[in-house]
Amino acid sequence: MPQLANANAGVVIDRLRAWKTESVAQVIEYRGETTIVVPHKLLLATAEHCKQDPELNFNQLSDATCVDRFPNEPRFELNYQLLSIPRLARIRLRTTVSGQQPVIDSLEPLWPGANWMEREIFDLFGIRFEGHSDLRRILLPDEFEGAPLRRDFPVEGKR
Amino acid sequence: MVLNMGPQHPSTHGVLRVLLELDGENVVTAVPDLGYLHTGIEKSCEDKTYSQVITLTDRMDYLNPLGNNLVYCLAVEKLLGLEIPKRAQYIRVMMVELQRISSHLVWLGTHALDMGAMSVMLYCFREREGILKIFERFAGQRMMTSYIRIGGLALEPPAGWRELVKRFLDMMPARVDEYEELLTNNRIWHGRLKGVGYLPAETLIAMSTTGPGLRAAGVAFDNRKAFPYSSYEEFEFNVPTRTESDCFARYLVRVQEVRESLKIVRQAMDKITDQGEIRSEAPGVVPPQREKMKTEMEALIYHFKIFTEGFSPPPGEAYVAVESPRGELGCFIASDGSPKPLRVHFRSPSFVNLQALPQMVKGQLIADTVASIGTIDIVLGEVDR
Repeated sequence: MPQLANANAGVVIDRLRAWKTESVAQVIEYRGETTIVVPHKLLLATAEHCKQDPELNFNQLSDATCVDRFPNEPRFELNYQLLSIPRLARIRLRTTVSGQQPVIDSLEPLWPGANWMEREIFDLFGIRFEGHSDLRRILLPDEFEGAPLRRDFPVEGKR
Repeated sequence: MVLNMGPQHPSTHGVLRVLLELDGENVVTAVPDLGYLHTGIEKSCEDKTYSQVITLTDRMDYLNPLGNNLVYCLAVEKLLGLEIPKRAQYIRVMMVELQRISSHLVWLGTHALDMGAMSVMLYCFREREGILKIFERFAGQRMMTSYIRIGGLALEPPAGWRELVKRFLDMMPARVDEYEELLTNNRIWHGRLKGVGYLPAETLIAMSTTGPGLRAAGVAFDNRKAFPYSSYEEFEFNVPTRTESDCFARYLVRVQEVRESLKIVRQAMDKITDQGEIRSEAPGVVPPQREKMKTEMEALIYHFKIFTEGFSPPPGEAYVAVESPRGELGCFIASDGSPKPLRVHFRSPSFVNLQALPQMVKGQLIADTVASIGTIDIVLGEVDR
C-alpha cells in the first residue's frame, strides 16, 4: 500500500499547488504517511479545496487532534486526518497555532463531524475555533479551570 | 418539556446523559451530555513509557480491548518501523475477530433487552462466555487481556488452543441461526426497528460516522479492506452492506459481520503454524527471551533497560486506523524522541458516531431514541476516555 499512498499524496500536493502555491508550506514524509503543513490563515480555504476538488474529494474528516510542543512557539500543532471514501485515500493537514492567541477557523462548516472533535480540543487544550456553532466543554465539567492536555498542566492534576 | 434521560438510565449503555426536549412523546431536540466516565487516559499516557500505555488501552473500549491493544501497538510499531512475524500477525487477526464476535454479541443481547426481548440476551452472553474462556486461556485474563504487545504478542498460544477455538467455531453458526430465528422475522422486532433512526449516507459521511452504521447506509467502507493492516489482505471475507440505513439494517449488518468474522477466524487458524516466532527480533524494544537472559549479558541489559527506562522511537508522528466493531478506531502518536510519548490520541468510533444521534432521533418517539442509541452501539468508556 505505501506506493499508492505516495501517489495519492503527490496528486494532492500538485492539485493544491496548482490552486494556490502558498497553501503548501511544507511537506513531511514519514513512515509512508504524508503531512501537508498549511499556513494558519489558509487552513479553512485549503481544507475546503481538498473537499470540493473532484479529483481530491476528501469527503470525510476522520480525526482532528492537537499536539502541544510547549515550550516551543507556536506551541500547538493541529492535525486533521482527511479521508476520501470514494478514492480510498488519506492525507494529513497540519497547521500551527500560537500560545498567545490560540484561535483558529473551525472546519465545522465543511464537515459537521468536526463539531465534537473541535469541542474536545477546545476542552482539553483551550484552543478557540472561530465559526463553531456550539463551542462548549464536552468531556470536563463546565466549572473546570485550565486545559489539562497542555504540557504545562501537571499529570497528577493541580492541587 | 425537557427530560433528562440518563446518566443512570439502563438503555444508555453506561453513563450517557441525553437532554430531550419533548413535544408530547416526540423528540424536538436531543442534546447528548458526556464526560461522566472521563478518566484522562490521554493525559496519563504522557507520563508512561510506551509499553506501559498498553494496559490503559484495554480500559477504553472494554468490549474491544484486543482491538485497542492492536491499534496502539500498530501505531508504535509504525513509529519504530518494526516488522512483525507473520505468525504473530495471524494470531492477532484471529484474536481481534473473536473479539469482534463477542462485542457484537454483547451489542445484540443488550439491544434486544432494550427492545424487550429478554431471552436473546441470555443466549448471547452464553456464547460470549465461550470467547472469554478462549481469551483466558491465551492471555490469562478474560477481558483486560493486554495480549497484543509492541513487537508481537505477550504469550505463545496455549496447549490445545486449536481444539478450543474449533469447538467454538463449530458451535457458533447454528447459534447465530438461532438468534436470527428469534429476531429477523419477528414482528415486534420489525415494528421497533424498521424505519427508525434513518439518516442518509451523505449525512453519515459528513458526520464522520464509520462502521456498521455507515455500511447499513450502503457505503462499503471497511478499513480491513480499504487500508489492510496485520495481513488482512490475505483473508477472504465480504463487507456486508444494506441500503435502508435504519436500525433494522444496522442489526442485519452486524449479524452478517459475525458470520464473516467466523470465516476469518477459520482461515487464520489454518494460517497459524505450530512453530514460529510470536515476537520480532528488536533488541532494546521487545523484551528478550527468558532463556537468553540466563546466558547473554546483552539480553539482561536490554531487559533491565526496557523495564526501567523504556525505549525511544525517533521523533515523528503516526496515525493508524483499524476497523473496530464500532467503526474506525484510530491512534495518533507523536514522539519527541524521549521514552515517553509526547501525545497519544485515540480517535474513538463511539465518540464520533454518537454525534449523529441528535439528527437521528429528531421528530421520533422517546422509545425510538432508545433504539437509535442502541444501534449506534456506544461504549461509554471509549466515548469519554
